[in-house]
Amino acid sequence: MKKKGLSMKQKQSTAGWMFLVPAIILICCFSLYPALSAFITSLKTGTGTNLTFTGLTNYIRAFQDDVFVQSLKNCFFYLIIQVPVMLVMALILATLLNNPKLKFRGFFRTAIFLPCATSLVAYAIIFRSLFATDGFINSVLLKMGILSEAYNFLGNPLSAKIVIIIALVWRWTGYNMVFYLAGLQNIDYSVYEAAKIDGASPIQTFFRITVPLLKPTILMTAIMSTNGTLQLFDESMNLTNGGPGNASITMSHYIYNMAFKGVPNFGYTSAMSFIILILVAILAFVQKKVGEDNDQ
Amino acid sequence: MMKKKMISLVLAGVMATVLLSGCGGASGTSSKGNDDTAAGGSNTLTVWAWDSQFNLYAMEEAAKIYQKDHPDFQLNAIEITWDDLQTKIGTIVGSGDYSQLPDICLMQDYAYQKYVTIYSDLFQDITDSGIDFSQFPEGKLAASVVDGKNYGVPFDNGTDVAIYRTDILEEAGYTLDDLTDIDWNRFIEIGEDVYAKTGYSLLSVQTGSSDMIYQMMQSAGKSTWNEDGSPNIAGNEYLKQCLEIYKQMADKRILEVVNSWDEYVATFTSGKTAGVLNGCWIMVQLESAEELSGKWGITNVPSLPGVDGATNYTNQGGSTWAITTNCSNVELAADFLGSTFAGSTELYDTILPGAGAIATWLPAKNSDVYNQPVEYYGGQAVYSMIADYASKVPSVDLGIFYTEANAALATVVGNILGGADIASELETAQSTVEFNMR
Repeated sequence: MKKKGLSMKQKQSTAGWMFLVPAIILICCFSLYPALSAFITSLKTGTGTNLTFTGLTNYIRAFQDDVFVQSLKNCFFYLIIQVPVMLVMALILATLLNNPKLKFRGFFRTAIFLPCATSLVAYAIIFRSLFATDGFINSVLLKMGILSEAYNFLGNPLSAKIVIIIALVWRWTGYNMVFYLAGLQNIDYSVYEAAKIDGASPIQTFFRITVPLLKPTILMTAIMSTNGTLQLFDESMNLTNGGPGNASITMSHYIYNMAFKGVPNFGYTSAMSFIILILVAILAFVQKKVGEDNDQ
Repeated sequence: MMKKKMISLVLAGVMATVLLSGCGGASGTSSKGNDDTAAGGSNTLTVWAWDSQFNLYAMEEAAKIYQKDHPDFQLNAIEITWDDLQTKIGTIVGSGDYSQLPDICLMQDYAYQKYVTIYSDLFQDITDSGIDFSQFPEGKLAASVVDGKNYGVPFDNGTDVAIYRTDILEEAGYTLDDLTDIDWNRFIEIGEDVYAKTGYSLLSVQTGSSDMIYQMMQSAGKSTWNEDGSPNIAGNEYLKQCLEIYKQMADKRILEVVNSWDEYVATFTSGKTAGVLNGCWIMVQLESAEELSGKWGITNVPSLPGVDGATNYTNQGGSTWAITTNCSNVELAADFLGSTFAGSTELYDTILPGAGAIATWLPAKNSDVYNQPVEYYGGQAVYSMIADYASKVPSVDLGIFYTEANAALATVVGNILGGADIASELETAQSTVEFNMR
């Protein structure tokens, strides 16, 4: 018997495309078009709306800009220290909480994930008051006799950056842990049993079984965290306000300042945004390559 | 088969309608909002301003007064923080869709030149609108006048006051008179003595802010700009002097440096510092600590020692009302501002005791309310004192790139507290500002 019109498969794929159309239209309107338009703006120079085409000068300018270079360094400082610390902690916590014999697993999982449910601004402000000169941390350290005089955590370039890192670790560890927990559900328990029978220690099990089998998840969280760290804004804005000086300012925060605080230069700020995009793309590519190489 | 097809069609339809109505709904409400502001015959004015207890309060009081003669006048006042207001204006002007602008918006004086110069079609020229601008002090008008044209109606006063805890001064053996008409050298002497005897710092300041440096500079009429508009930061001896005074005070604990605005306000409201030096708008914050009533006294600020043209008067902040080009009823807006903020002693008599809003409109000063003693400051007639200070503040050009220079100097302030060399830091700041102006 011959079928009329489209085959079953064709029909299904048409239906699938029909479902996708609204989303595609929205992505084009609200994501692709603005991105393209921002790229065109990034090739222009001028103040406010009086922009003229000047090619790549904005991109060259960014690397002559001391504050932008400083913000770039700051972002990489956060990236290099915070992302590994956070991912290792998340992995360890996930492994511990995956133990079926552990009591109150649900409670611990919720407790560690809970910081993710707080607003970015709210938690940044709370960390700011915790680390204030008359804040909780200083009070505790003074009472315990560790410090003789209140330490200005947010007034010192290095300690301000460390406070941001502590805040980030607190906020995002639970978020990454959930991904690892989900990844761990996909590892068959029989693999662990076999390892146990073969006499593998828990540490060996962790490095020889858990980590290799979780590699796709680890790769994904690493790329997401890198992306997030390079685009960091709320913490820099609300916790330290970029200070002291520009010691803890992030790229996004600097872009915001340039676009909306002083005399606006949208061409230059768009160019800086594209530099972040390029950096994120390069880092994601490198991470993916590194991940693939280890597979072989 | 048929059923499934129907279901999928219906689902797709529902999805599309929801999405489209979502967008349509949003744009529908916003265009409705515009109708209110843009409708020519309507008597509603939309106003954007920050600080509901101060600016919006004053605006609403002004509307009440105007409504007495114009019963169908309506005010739609919206609170937007200054940061958000700048972001919104930047976005609106960038997109070219001016219909999103309000009819009237409040502008910080230091940003006025920037907006008028860069977005020449953002604010209405109201030079010939019938408002008598000669009734405002020239120093205040300087902010909103570009090329001889008036672009705004001046509102609040940012004249600096020095407010000290008279009880703490007394404990250290000083009176308010000892701190009146002095220079910074004398101030440091007294400050050191007060700190040694009582443990109180005389002043506090927020880190990462160069506002205090600007206040010191303006007290002597010194600017961070050359005549031709280029930055005058590197090698500026006055700037260097101000920074040295600042650093010396911080080192000697006369000046308490805190991290955030909340902490700054807490230093004097919770009684940790013995004084405040800022624009007179800070008094609203100060007076929130009711238990300290009667313990404060107001005087003028210290002057720069050994500088030609140094005075004991300066300014921080202050704002001006602007009518945007989106306003379809400019006549109404100008008449409203002209007959309230530039023509009603009744308004200033209301908002002065209500919010401590001190007028820049000169005729308001003759009012009795200004001469009333204020209990909080031990019975001083503070409002007439401030009005008097205001008339003596030297006028300074803050420039179009004020925000950039301010930020660069804030970095300098932060770095010198950490021990950096002032001269080389100023050179860095100069190149930062020059870079930003390119």
